[in-house]
Amino acid sequence: MKIELSRDKVHNEFAKKVEWISGQNLFACYQCGNCTAGCPVAFAMDLGPHEVIRYTLLGLEEEVLSVNTFWLCASCLQCSSRCPKGIDIARVMDALRMVILRKKERRDYLQISEFPEGFLERVPQIAFISGFRKFLS
Amino acid sequence: MRRLGVFICHCGVNIAGTVDVKKVAEEIGKIEDVCHSIDYIYMCSEPGQQLIREAIQEKQLEGVVVACCSPSMHENTFRKAVKTAGMNPYLCEIANIREQCSWVHQKEKEEATRKAMEIIQATLEKVRRNEELEPLAMSINRNVLVIGGGIAGMTASLDLAQGGYEVFLVEKGPALGGHMAQLSKTFPDLSPAFPNLLAKALEIVSHPKIELFCCSELEEVKGYVGNFEIIIHKKATYVDWTRCNGCARCIEVCPVEYPSSFDRELGMRKAVDFLYPNCVPKRVKVTPTQCRYFQDRSCRKCEEVCPEKAIQFDQKDERIHRKVGAIVIATGFDLFPKERLGEYGYGEIPDVIDGLAFERMLSPDGPTRGKILRPSDGRVPKEMVFIQCVASRDPDRYMPYCSRICCMYTAKQAKMYKEQVPDGQPYVFYMDIRSDGKGYEEFLQKTIEENGVLYLRGRVSRVFQEDGKVKVWGVDTLTGKGIEIGADLVVLATAIIPSEGVKELAAKLRATVDKHGFLTEAHIKLYPVESSTKGIYLAGCGQSPKDITDTVSQASATAGKIQALLSTDKLFQDPLIAYVDETVCSGCGICVEICPYEAREMDYRRGISIVHVALCQGCGACIASCPNFACELRNSSSVQTLRMVDTFI
Repeated sequence: MKIELSRDKVHNEFAKKVEWISGQNLFACYQCGNCTAGCPVAFAMDLGPHEVIRYTLLGLEEEVLSVNTFWLCASCLQCSSRCPKGIDIARVMDALRMVILRKKERRDYLQISEFPEGFLERVPQIAFISGFRKFLS
Repeated sequence: MRRLGVFICHCGVNIAGTVDVKKVAEEIGKIEDVCHSIDYIYMCSEPGQQLIREAIQEKQLEGVVVACCSPSMHENTFRKAVKTAGMNPYLCEIANIREQCSWVHQKEKEEATRKAMEIIQATLEKVRRNEELEPLAMSINRNVLVIGGGIAGMTASLDLAQGGYEVFLVEKGPALGGHMAQLSKTFPDLSPAFPNLLAKALEIVSHPKIELFCCSELEEVKGYVGNFEIIIHKKATYVDWTRCNGCARCIEVCPVEYPSSFDRELGMRKAVDFLYPNCVPKRVKVTPTQCRYFQDRSCRKCEEVCPEKAIQFDQKDERIHRKVGAIVIATGFDLFPKERLGEYGYGEIPDVIDGLAFERMLSPDGPTRGKILRPSDGRVPKEMVFIQCVASRDPDRYMPYCSRICCMYTAKQAKMYKEQVPDGQPYVFYMDIRSDGKGYEEFLQKTIEENGVLYLRGRVSRVFQEDGKVKVWGVDTLTGKGIEIGADLVVLATAIIPSEGVKELAAKLRATVDKHGFLTEAHIKLYPVESSTKGIYLAGCGQSPKDITDTVSQASATAGKIQALLSTDKLFQDPLIAYVDETVCSGCGICVEICPYEAREMDYRRGISIVHVALCQGCGACIASCPNFACELRNSSSVQTLRMVDTFI
């Protein structure tokens, strides 16, 4: 699939919003992939954290917001501690959640009302906490 | 019968791990004239050399064979060692049992041991008939010729002149500076190129030890290291430079304008003009292929207006003779030509330009006075695409090598663009980013982070015009997505190639070039500024693509090497060269034709062919070609060689 790039799209309002909320410079990313390599839940993600950063920088808003990556992120901060450029990737993930949650049609990745009966009693909280806003920023 | 000694080196496990060195020493020791045969872990070490020296004195040895690594490694070491023990160094020979035996036969230990013995026996045959020789001493001329007036040639010339040596600096164009004069700012400190260059250029023209020849080329060279005779072809400028004061009135009145190659065709110049406005020396030159006087004698305006009467339409080329001891080739580079690329719209789409053209655009004295403007309509480009590795790293179609400077100059250009056009977006298509110099990576990362330059990893497949834009089709392999950009201006980082005519120049100087035309150094690591011919040195991009930092370092290294060469009283050369038995030579002249070093010449008075000892490199071509067996190589006579071969068969 071919995407058309222009100065309106690259580093657009969406990307700038993610940068503003997270306080991180997306241009700083090497695309080395260390974040994804160390992420304990990367196997289940639609895109690795490094890819999410790349897509965001290129201004691909719809594609980024439709992936499960930042919802699966457990904020274990492994990525942030390993990033050679000192980018706090967990904060970027949180910023992406915030972008969605701040929208009118805000919707958590998990809906408590949709849980099967007795589910909440059986699973430890930590197992689904990542499906919600983390209040990191 | 000579008393011979054999010293077998283990080279740690390099030899001893494969060859049974004890057995070899024992077996060789049984040979009648071998009075001493031992092995040792490292013969080249100080105690190892001491073993040789002691054996020579104790057993009055008259010849030594050291069985070890290649003679190019340690022949010199051991010859010096035997000399301190009072033996003529040419009675010491190396039997190479490492590169030519143990390393290549690691799985065949028994055979390797047998082969090592045979190699030693063959070398013993040579030593039995070696003569005692003395190095040849030759006088030396202390002047230097530097070919090329770019930053490499300028640096080498200044270093040599400051060391007290007379320098003849020959530049093909009408002024100093080379490609550096075309640049705007330089990475990684963004220092402006021209002021730095100007300081050096002014020093050169005022230096009493440097004689500058502009519009000149080396026409002929004869001789050898320490004693070259050269002829410089100084082409007519049609202006008496001793009178011209650079007032530029002639330029004002000249009616002929044509695209300036210095400005990469982005600007115009006159038929009488400076190379560039503040060039050094600030002298004008008439271009006869453009000038109306030379077309049909219809215009003499410059001549009429010149207050100094400097215009000389009848000026002739000159041939200037000089003698030098060493020569520096600093011929620099060209960019990959438009005609040969045939893609990316290079040469067809006006808004697709090369990196050097963009440098002219960024230069305050350039055709746009430093403003970034589209050549097609003069508008400021808002979508700016840089494409790296154009014709570089493309072994299938163009050049296989990396041109080394493009990654950094592209980053610098993208930075300068973004600073001048803050609402524009620079994109860089790259395959890998090479930023290996001091401060380079930091500069690059700063450019990406602070200036928002978007780096896209992937090659561009197509560049074409559509709706007033230059469409660029590429890919971002990081996301796996195809990319399309409607660019306003595209800058191609085209490959660096050796400058035109360097092959012919190298042939004149008996220097060699590689398959791409870059000058070859004597050894890539140990002799990187020496050419394959003694007395000929290299500096700058003529040897390989490099940036200004590396060029200046290499030019200074070259100057240092030459100063070391020229500061000796006499030059000493290995005496292992050809000689002629004058009673046998029939004067057929086959050797004269076959000699690659022009070391053989006919002496018609005596009817024989002679050897120029200083030119002969001891290659043996004349010996193999002589139908009368009239010439021989010192210490590699036919008898010696045949006996060595006999040992093996």
